[in-house]
Amino acid sequence: MSKILIRGAKVLGGEAQDVLIDGETIEAVGAGLSAEGADVIEAEGKILLPGLVDLHTHLREPGREDSETVLTGTRAAASGGYTAVFAMANTFPVADTAGVVEQVYRLGQEHGYCDVQPIGAVTVGLEGSKLAELGAMHESAAGVTVFSDDGKCVHDAVIMRRALEYVKAFGGVIAQHAQEPRLTEGAQMNEGIVSAELGLGGWPAVAEESIIARDVLLAEHVGSRVHICHLSTAGSVEIVRWAKSRGIDVTAEVTPHHLLLTDEMVRSYNPVYKVNPPLRTERDVMALREALADGTIDIVATDHAPHPHEDKDCEWAAAAMGMVGLETALSVVQQTMVETGLLTWEAVADRMSYAPARIGQAKGHGRPVSAGEPANLTLLDSAYRGEVDPAGFASRSRNTPYEGRELPGRVTHTFLRGRATVVDGKLA
Amino acid sequence: MKRHLISAADLTRDDAVLILDTAEEMARVADRPIKKLPTLRGRTVCNLFFEDSTRTRISFEAAEKRLSADVINFAAKGSSVSKGESLKDTAQTLEAMGVDAVVIRHGASGAPYRLANSGWIDAPVINAGDGTHQHPTQALLDAFTMRRRLIGPDAGLGEDLSGRRITVVGDVLHSRVARSNVDLLHTLGAEVTLVAPPTLVPVGVETWPCEVSYDLDRVLPKTDAVMMLRVQRERMNAAFFPTEREYSRRYGLDGERMARMPEHAIVMHPGPMVRGMEITAEVADSDRCTVIEQVTNGVSVRMAVLYLLLGGNEPAVTHTRTEGN
Ligand SMILES: [Zn+2]
Repeated sequence: MSKILIRGAKVLGGEAQDVLIDGETIEAVGAGLSAEGADVIEAEGKILLPGLVDLHTHLREPGREDSETVLTGTRAAASGGYTAVFAMANTFPVADTAGVVEQVYRLGQEHGYCDVQPIGAVTVGLEGSKLAELGAMHESAAGVTVFSDDGKCVHDAVIMRRALEYVKAFGGVIAQHAQEPRLTEGAQMNEGIVSAELGLGGWPAVAEESIIARDVLLAEHVGSRVHICHLSTAGSVEIVRWAKSRGIDVTAEVTPHHLLLTDEMVRSYNPVYKVNPPLRTERDVMALREALADGTIDIVATDHAPHPHEDKDCEWAAAAMGMVGLETALSVVQQTMVETGLLTWEAVADRMSYAPARIGQAKGHGRPVSAGEPANLTLLDSAYRGEVDPAGFASRSRNTPYEGRELPGRVTHTFLRGRATVVDGKLA
Repeated sequence: MKRHLISAADLTRDDAVLILDTAEEMARVADRPIKKLPTLRGRTVCNLFFEDSTRTRISFEAAEKRLSADVINFAAKGSSVSKGESLKDTAQTLEAMGVDAVVIRHGASGAPYRLANSGWIDAPVINAGDGTHQHPTQALLDAFTMRRRLIGPDAGLGEDLSGRRITVVGDVLHSRVARSNVDLLHTLGAEVTLVAPPTLVPVGVETWPCEVSYDLDRVLPKTDAVMMLRVQRERMNAAFFPTEREYSRRYGLDGERMARMPEHAIVMHPGPMVRGMEITAEVADSDRCTVIEQVTNGVSVRMAVLYLLLGGNEPAVTHTRTEGN
């Protein structure tokens, strides 16, 4: 592979520097590096970040290839500046055996747009009653380290306890989708003023918070590590903050849409806003932003949930839950966290690359932008302003709540181990 | 008025009074030997019912036929929230047939809103009840009934319900009738009090333009009209209240409780009544109970809504003046 010189980019938003890539590795970082024998990318004014890592992606393959495949999903990821994604286990069949996780892993390797690290199911068939073969998935070629029944909550306290204990043997982590099932029967949106007016089944904050409270206590009791998926309420933030202050080994994520959108949008009854957990109130959004800024929430994860058009172009009750997010995540974070002064670009690198890679143990990702490191990099034109046009998405699905909304920032280049997956905003 | 009638909250005070006044004109048609107006001749109205409701469908159908509209009844039972015949498919079929208005009943909250706002169909949409959201024509017929009983048919013309005290009792949480009534009665100047066990009061009710009480006996003496909601027995299994007997002791309306109401006060019920739990036979059969009138008034009110939404610029019943010539 030839050499590439990225010239004059603001590394992590700091000083303008040159970054020289040789093969799969960053050879040098500094001012005025020689361009001899290298392809030059003029990057003046642009922000250079370590390749982004998404701990929470739904790629839908196997089983729902009409929504997304490993190929289309990883192309979407690369477009959004990601070099590694963790693929959730709620596929058909469920990723609850070594065979399925190896298949997903191998597809990611073959397509080469983004490293795919499969997440294994905690319980067989996501049914919540019997532990899946966690050890076998860990020992498989996929080397699974994160386990989750996402989409469903591991609600049985004994099963959750056993899972937390069991994965200690190989340093795994359980990622919990916190949703008390009885409290959310028939739930269709956040429970509150808007749900009462719209006559849609309410999803109380306490359904999320009570599970998080239980799980951090379980993690403390068995001396294990727990990760909480997509926090959505101010109360959840309080519990995680308390747990961390107590020394409990808990990490947490927030999605870009929970940093920006509120349940007021549901007044349109437009199913693009139907998501699990639901969009909450302005007060929750502000608490989540603050928690991401102060580190109570460790990472941003997209919960990229592609659905075909017909599953959203219907009445609210019939619509599928979820929204795509890989291609807009960095823009939403720029708008909600950077332009509000809550996060520096250096901190964005932490929340969207270093920390998710660390939690998920993604080898070679989430590394500093310095000599000798794998050349996994993202170049962002943060000055760009434009309306989101889903027609240009690489994802097979278009269920974005941002259609027609102006968002800042555009990923112009993504490098996976020195190879450009995105060039000038287009897939390579 | 807006082009569609999706929610009682869509109506201004003047819209609502216009509908009630127009309904009075329509009611006079019912007293004639031939109960029919040529107003909607040549127009096609579709009653699109995704959820069973014989009463509401017949009421709309009677209203449509009295206005000489061509009526299509489309019952899409069971397919509401399943793949196959979706709401969108159905809407596009109706659009292709050139339907002039759609009356929709749907089990899912928001389905009529979606139908009216998704570009699937161009015709005016009238919500005939959606999930636990809204049932605006029910609220209008309730208001019409109150105005007639509390003020009088002719004296009431042009009037709203300013200062009247209305109590709505029962399963507010699951009731589109309660939601619609709170919106409309507030718009018409009435003071509304909701009475229910706390488990059947929605979270967020504090922003509604009404009072909430858990104590029926304290509210009744200051009530001009009490509206009893239907309580579905399956709510008991979901632990909304302990037993049927306890519910009816605390929130049921019997003769003794009715006696605490002012003499002029009326008892309303959207029907169908389940005698026993929420209302005793004694109350249901008393002349203060307006259930039958509500059914009659429903047709007049729906005629008024159809007439006004389908472009009624002239007074609805002008030709009555030539009657007898
Ligand atoms: Zn989830």
